[in-house]
Amino acid sequence: MLARADAARIAAALPPPGKRPHARRLRGPETGLLMLRGRMGGTGAPFNLGETTVTRCTLRLDDGLVGHATILGRDADHAELAAFADALLQHPDFAAPLAETLIAPLAAAQAEARAAIAARAAATRVAFFTLQTMRG
Amino acid sequence: MAYVAVKGGERAIDAAHAWRAEARRGDPAIPALSTGQIAGQLGRAVERVMAEASLHDPELAALAIRQAEGDLIEAAFLLRAFRTTLPRFGAALPLETGRMAVRRRISAIFKDVPGGQILGPTTDYTHRLLDFSLLDDPPPPPAPRAEDPPGPMPRVATLLEAEGLLRPEPPGEAPPFDITREPLAHPAPRDARLQGLARGDEGFLLGMGYSTQRGYGGSHPFAGEIRMGAVTVEIIPDELGFPIDIGEIVLTECQMVNQFHGSRTEPASFTAGYGLAFGQADRRAMAMALLDRAMQAAELGEAVTAPAQNPEFVLAHADNIEATGFVEHLKLPHYVDFQSEAEAVRRLRAAARAEAAE
Amino acid sequence: MNAIPDLPGFPDPVPDSQAAFRAILWAQSHPGAIVTPAPALIVPAPLPVAAGALLLTLADADTTLWLAPGFAPARDWLRFHTGAPEAPLSRADFVLAEQLPALETLGTGSDDSPHDGASLILPVAALGEGTRCRLSGPGIDGTGDFAATLPPGFAAFWAANHALFPRGVDVFLCAGSRLAALPRSVTLEVL
Repeated sequence: MLARADAARIAAALPPPGKRPHARRLRGPETGLLMLRGRMGGTGAPFNLGETTVTRCTLRLDDGLVGHATILGRDADHAELAAFADALLQHPDFAAPLAETLIAPLAAAQAEARAAIAARAAATRVAFFTLQTMRG
Repeated sequence: MAYVAVKGGERAIDAAHAWRAEARRGDPAIPALSTGQIAGQLGRAVERVMAEASLHDPELAALAIRQAEGDLIEAAFLLRAFRTTLPRFGAALPLETGRMAVRRRISAIFKDVPGGQILGPTTDYTHRLLDFSLLDDPPPPPAPRAEDPPGPMPRVATLLEAEGLLRPEPPGEAPPFDITREPLAHPAPRDARLQGLARGDEGFLLGMGYSTQRGYGGSHPFAGEIRMGAVTVEIIPDELGFPIDIGEIVLTECQMVNQFHGSRTEPASFTAGYGLAFGQADRRAMAMALLDRAMQAAELGEAVTAPAQNPEFVLAHADNIEATGFVEHLKLPHYVDFQSEAEAVRRLRAAARAEAAE
Repeated sequence: MNAIPDLPGFPDPVPDSQAAFRAILWAQSHPGAIVTPAPALIVPAPLPVAAGALLLTLADADTTLWLAPGFAPARDWLRFHTGAPEAPLSRADFVLAEQLPALETLGTGSDDSPHDGASLILPVAALGEGTRCRLSGPGIDGTGDFAATLPPGFAAFWAANHALFPRGVDVFLCAGSRLAALPRSVTLEVL
């Protein structure tokens, strides 16, 4: 869910600096390639389709919690913020409020976006019975 | 290869590049294109460049298109070159198109396909008339929405397999052949062929696929199913050990269903060709599926008579970056080679003249 | 699954790995020259800093690694930061040894693909002192003097390795943060 959000949205929901644990970068944020694979016939053995850019980040909070994120694309801030949010979501003091201020709204927004696309798709479904009724 | 380095052209080259840069930008009174405009409004071009560069990154593909002034092969070349500057972290889990959030799903072989025919955002049923209203491009009215959610959409191939009419895909989880890491040897396995087709030039795939329909290795194709939609990308990071969702990409997949006459040991059935492409790309996915099926000829015991059935021919010529490199290198100086050939021709002509004079 | 290590990799990955690459390239093109690829790098014990720098720079998901048992404490760090999968000794691209392995146990490439030969990373107590040797071959103007606390049997190992050329293994001797390279093309004579 964090991977599909954008950097600004995550940043806005995080506690302000000074009121959150300090984090140290363990790896990244760094951009690289990920090979995407399809399946022959959609269900068979895998084959290489092509690569995508990804950016990943792993960081460790001072109390030892580790946050990790990998996102599609090259937005280093997004990857780092998502990794930080991932760490806070495991933290007893921050998990519950962050679930409320970040994860719940993200889930709602993403579900809404999916539903909006599904509704457009549903409107393009062919209703053959109309034709049959007209003929009959 | 057969060209030699020549010095002395630096100033001319600098001036030529400067002129090109000026021409690329065009009239400065007209606002420059943003990569967001290209990615958002020239999506088909962006998807084609990503497919042929073999790198999914809409923003970079848009930048490449702008830099290449809309020359999509040049843009794919730029993006393919950029790709080599990045480390490869690994491979994603195979994309499960069966779990696609379907935007479009049509079957040309079953009218009442379970789950229904979903046309999606298409121009298939238009008259291909230029729309002069787009000169001003007013915002379009919102597309209609329907509330009844689409039901499950089983694959057409699965329905045929259940009836024994289609040879099922052999399952497997082995890491596939990677043409970017290992040199391709022939006969190429199907996973390598599909990878080569996935990055192939769309015009080449289209022409070769078309040739199979016109009788050069024909196998009576039907578009069993075309689906397009968003598919989740998942990876298993080493250090986590469980799959994580890293986002989604839009894909088009095509399952062609073709006749197979059977053999002494096997009853008649259908066979399938498969195509998969970034974005909304019916044409690319369909042409890929035609070629995937055509290239199975040898494995199915069919006579290999047409170019499209010859994987070595198809795969060696499908990559437009290799092709443009080799064709366009002929522009580079070949002064010495040509002079040596010209010398030989002059000698032969002189010898022929001398012989005639005798 | 591999655990997440405590330590980061290069502090500033892009310039640090470029500088380390440059130093390693220099070492390989000037056999016997001593370089310090990454003076500021902190690596998990008992890994020599130079060995850590070399693997961070050259190893990735497309190369394989074999680790001597004594370097197990560095396993998670190497895996996390390089992405290099482990492989049996005979098939590893990078071999991080504690003692000199027998040459026959290492991948030495083929005549078609001599570049498939392994890179052997060998920690030594000191570079610039110890066994004195004379090197000659590509990258050395005439002959060059070289000294290191070489493990027993190294001269015979090297003679056999050099005789395989163009096949063979390339050796990196690491002492702390310092490193010297012995490409297979070089002849080594103990003085």
